[in-house]
Amino acid sequence: MSTLPPLPAETDDTPLERPRGRAAARLLPPQRLTGPIPWVIAILIALVVIAAAGGLALRNLSLAASAGLSSAVSVQVIEPNPDLRADRTAAAVKVLTGLPGVTAVQAVPEAELAAMLEPWLGEAATSGDVPIPALIDVELAAGAGPDEVARIAAAVKQQVPGARVDAQGDFLRPVNDALAALQWLALGLVALVALATAAAVWLAARNAFAGARDTVEIMHLLGASQRQITAVFLRDVLREAIVGAVLGAGLGVGAVWLLGQQFAALGSGMVSGGGLMLADWLAIGAVPLAGVLLAGLTARITIALALKDML
Amino acid sequence: MSENLAGHVKFDNVGLRYGTDPEVLSNLSFTLYPGSFYFLTGASGAGKTSLLKMLYLAQAPSRGAIRMFGQDLVTMPHSRLPELRRRLGVVFQDFRLVPYLTAFDNVALPLRLAGTEEKKVQRAVGDMLEWVGLSHRAHAVPPSLSGGEQQRVAIARAVIARPKMLIADEPTGNVDPDMAWKLLRLFEALNNRVGTTVVVATHDVHLLKKVPDSLIMRLHKGQLSDPTGALRYPPNPGGSSVGGSGAE
Ligand SMILES: Nc1ncnc2c1ncn2[C@@H]1O[C@H](COP(=O)(O)OP(=O)(O)O)[C@@H](O)[C@H]1O
Ligand SMILES: [Mg+2]
Repeated sequence: MSTLPPLPAETDDTPLERPRGRAAARLLPPQRLTGPIPWVIAILIALVVIAAAGGLALRNLSLAASAGLSSAVSVQVIEPNPDLRADRTAAAVKVLTGLPGVTAVQAVPEAELAAMLEPWLGEAATSGDVPIPALIDVELAAGAGPDEVARIAAAVKQQVPGARVDAQGDFLRPVNDALAALQWLALGLVALVALATAAAVWLAARNAFAGARDTVEIMHLLGASQRQITAVFLRDVLREAIVGAVLGAGLGVGAVWLLGQQFAALGSGMVSGGGLMLADWLAIGAVPLAGVLLAGLTARITIALALKDML
Repeated sequence: MSENLAGHVKFDNVGLRYGTDPEVLSNLSFTLYPGSFYFLTGASGAGKTSLLKMLYLAQAPSRGAIRMFGQDLVTMPHSRLPELRRRLGVVFQDFRLVPYLTAFDNVALPLRLAGTEEKKVQRAVGDMLEWVGLSHRAHAVPPSLSGGEQQRVAIARAVIARPKMLIADEPTGNVDPDMAWKLLRLFEALNNRVGTTVVVATHDVHLLKKVPDSLIMRLHKGQLSDPTGALRYPPNPGGSSVGGSGAE
């Protein structure tokens, strides 16, 4: 033999399981992102984000509304004669102030009332030509319910003729019911779209595996450990999922922010109660994160099952 | 582990069937002697690949026991198989190259899997590609290589990490006789100088004559026979007169 074949290199017989991510990155180059999967994930994540933000905003809105209103009662004293009206109002205030469960009583000044009504009544509101009922704002202790309201109404009516007691929550009840229904709708939407996203992520992992199956088998036969194979495969799946999730979160948050700006421009006190708190933003941020985690989990399960089949 | 025990591959009454088909291999009992050079012959369809698959741990036997490097394969946990596989070098009949890795990176894969220093990898892979005549194709990907070139990449990958046992399935089926002879010398060098046990499946009778000290296992209708005393243990060195007895 003139020229001897080269003797192969001695391998470092160190046990494997080196840093997984980087070691894996050296073994195989990342696959190019192809196919619609990241886009599908992005769209679904965006939808989840928007639905979740909507649901959270609705919840905040109805919480704010009921917090401000449920513990308040307004008392009207209806009497055309201004002097008599003033007397009865004073009497009502006195009665109310003595009642248990009442924390604050304030007669709304006539001028203020007139100003509030001016847009509807025009100058008649201030001229005194049109009799305006007196209004007393009554704040109740927290936790006051319809029973307290009824008790107060009975007590006032007994002593002050022409008094009318309204729980302020009453006229808002239909609104609150509608808000609750919308919240359920949002919750249902979030659940459905989250399910679809989970399915898409699952499919993405399966799809990535179908494409990588031959390579996985080769690595397996060459003695790659499950960890090494998982690391390579996981990287490709996670890349798709992360691109999709970031894109989707960006789209979703952008849309939510724009909507928020629109509502803020309305300047309505009620709508501003529907703003998103920090905790809400954290919950929304968890959506893409959950998507990526799910992708990773699916990839791991897929690879483990496949390797189990391979011996 | 003593050297003998460590080098042993022992098949004990092994049978293999695919699904519910009749057994393609039956009653295989033999022991591979460490550092020997075996040819596995038999007509196409005789079951050579099936036997090698069990040998390179891609296929579990349907019955019987296999011991390798002192471990019982049937009872050992799957998580320990990769460690055994890394001691094997395999030339698959269908090559099994990673299609999007260059020839160079395919050959480097076993070294990188074992965590070999990159500088060593570069040198070893470069030398090996030169020997198999593929230096100029180092950066080509398998789909752009000819069948013979792919086969040489597969062989280079199989030997690059100095396996304890080399298992080659028809490794010269796609190359011309000169290259076949050159590749066999690579196997011999590994066998002589590193002590690697070599098992080469082939239906090519001419190949058998090229390795004087080889032992021949012959597969016929799922059963093994040993015209050269290959199945005795230790094998009969005097009996290794290689003739035309090995093939169809
Ligand atoms: N995966 C498989 N599933 C079913 N039958 C198989 C499979 N692999 C091989 N066989 C059958 O087993 C027999 C032996 O095949 P094989 O081991 O490839 O023989 P050889 O390598 O000697 O040509 C053949 O009859 C073949 O059809
Ligand atoms: Mg075959």
